[in-house]
Amino acid sequence: MTGPGAKGGPLLRASGITKFYGDRVGCRDIGFELWPGEVLAIVGESGSGKTTLLNCLATRVVPTAGVIEYRMRDGRMRDLHALSDAERRLLMRTDWGFVHQNPIDGLRMTVSAGGNVGERLMAVGERHYGHIRETATDWLGRVEIAADRVDDDPRSFSGGMRQRLQIARNLVTGPRLVFMDEPTGGLDVSVQARLLDLLRGLVADLGLSAIVVTHDLAVARLLSHRMLVMKGGEVIEEGLTDQVLDDPQAAYTQLLVSSILQV
Amino acid sequence: MSAGAYNFAYLDEQTKRMIRRAILKAIAIPGYQVPFASREMPMPYGWGTGGVQVTAAIIGPDDVLKVIDQGSDDTTNAVSIRGFFVKTSGVATTTRTDAATVIQTRHRIPETPLAAGQILVYQVPIPEPLRFLEPRETETRTMHALEEYGLMHVKLYEDIARHGHIATTYAYPVKVAGRYVMDPSPTPKFDNPKMHRSPALQLFGAGREKRIYAIPPHTDVVSLDFEDHPFSVQEFDAPCALCGAEGVFLDEVIVDDAGGRMFVCSDSDHCEERRAAGHEGTLAGAPAWSGAAAAAATEDAS
Ligand SMILES: [Zn+2]
Repeated sequence: MTGPGAKGGPLLRASGITKFYGDRVGCRDIGFELWPGEVLAIVGESGSGKTTLLNCLATRVVPTAGVIEYRMRDGRMRDLHALSDAERRLLMRTDWGFVHQNPIDGLRMTVSAGGNVGERLMAVGERHYGHIRETATDWLGRVEIAADRVDDDPRSFSGGMRQRLQIARNLVTGPRLVFMDEPTGGLDVSVQARLLDLLRGLVADLGLSAIVVTHDLAVARLLSHRMLVMKGGEVIEEGLTDQVLDDPQAAYTQLLVSSILQV
Repeated sequence: MSAGAYNFAYLDEQTKRMIRRAILKAIAIPGYQVPFASREMPMPYGWGTGGVQVTAAIIGPDDVLKVIDQGSDDTTNAVSIRGFFVKTSGVATTTRTDAATVIQTRHRIPETPLAAGQILVYQVPIPEPLRFLEPRETETRTMHALEEYGLMHVKLYEDIARHGHIATTYAYPVKVAGRYVMDPSPTPKFDNPKMHRSPALQLFGAGREKRIYAIPPHTDVVSLDFEDHPFSVQEFDAPCALCGAEGVFLDEVIVDDAGGRMFVCSDSDHCEERRAAGHEGTLAGAPAWSGAAAAAATEDAS
């Protein structure tokens, strides 16, 4: 299992991550390790700092203080914010995925489904149309989009299909780490459940590591092994997901859990 | 307007030096878009102000200028740009490709192969080949800097997905010297192979967008494609109706009110030369199509 003794060590290590926006705290002094194959949920309400933390981790925002190290494919831990632009962008389009809450932010809406999925392949040098299309069609199947939609653009897709397309677009290069920002937000409840099942299956099949930001404890429960609970920019509780949700220690976590159980 | 009212070739010497510096940088980094401080010209954007500024910066009193628009020397645009340089610089002009030292063009590369020492100046409306899918300039600049050109292939992929083949026929993207992806301006892809290892210097000026780029002589210019959908040029079913030329780019011309049409050389000078040399097409001897260009064949500076 994962743990300090596991082979190769953690995939990602964050320490002292702090982000100020002027005087205002985005997040403060956050540290954790993410292990290969592990799914970490960052849970909190809006304004808790969870999205700021995610953006720092995914190098979309530069933290005010702190270090984020990532184990590159060559096995070396690198300081993410010390990577060159070229290294960072290569990492983002090959070894990482980023699933946005709103698929419009993660898709090219005027490009066909096949082109959306194929873009990363073309970005890393694939130059055979037939192979690209075949791989794209295969990935559409894996996210339950019919092969005959491969030439349609996502403007004609439902919200759930768009989100699944965004996931396929991210996974096609075999990333080791996927960031997800409220991946089921904005979807109908029944659609959410189907997407969560799909995500859970993919993460397990592919042995992906993932960092999932959500306000929804059900998402954390279904997807994650471990969770951080954030409030006011700080982590107020962390642990194995089942333990935190079944036996919350912090008063705030207890409140969150009890509010969901009342429904 | 008289020549005396202007500096030679309209632009002041300081502006020319600024443009020449941009041109030199462009030649040093083939295919790279160099920003320059585009000046107001006595013609609106869209009328070749970028090309005109490049030509004005490089032309000298001994040069012989040819100006073509869609392959023709006698369109309004070509005539007015040629007139502009006659008035402001007094240089000799010609319609003959092989007699020109500087050729300013919009939309075509002459059929007659260019030679060492010649300079082809393109008028460019939109210099950024990545813009169609990535409108943010900060992002396209980064993509060029990091050689991230996957997006260009997404465009070609979309062509094939929608049309079964690469349907892009104009402004077909090329990679220059194995490094920068470049928009060849709205020339037909038919002309792309002419850019490859051309002995002539090729300069591109975009006035509204304030960019200059270049292909030095003998530089590799490769059209982007897929292994299973290789680049190919347009082919025409029949030769030029006037001069019988094959393997040239043809324009469709409506010949009468009854919808009659024919295909003729887009490069009007090339067609003239061939007919003068005795080549005939199926409609050789047809009257209307020749007049002005032939008459202007050796327009003089005065
Ligand atoms: Zn002809």
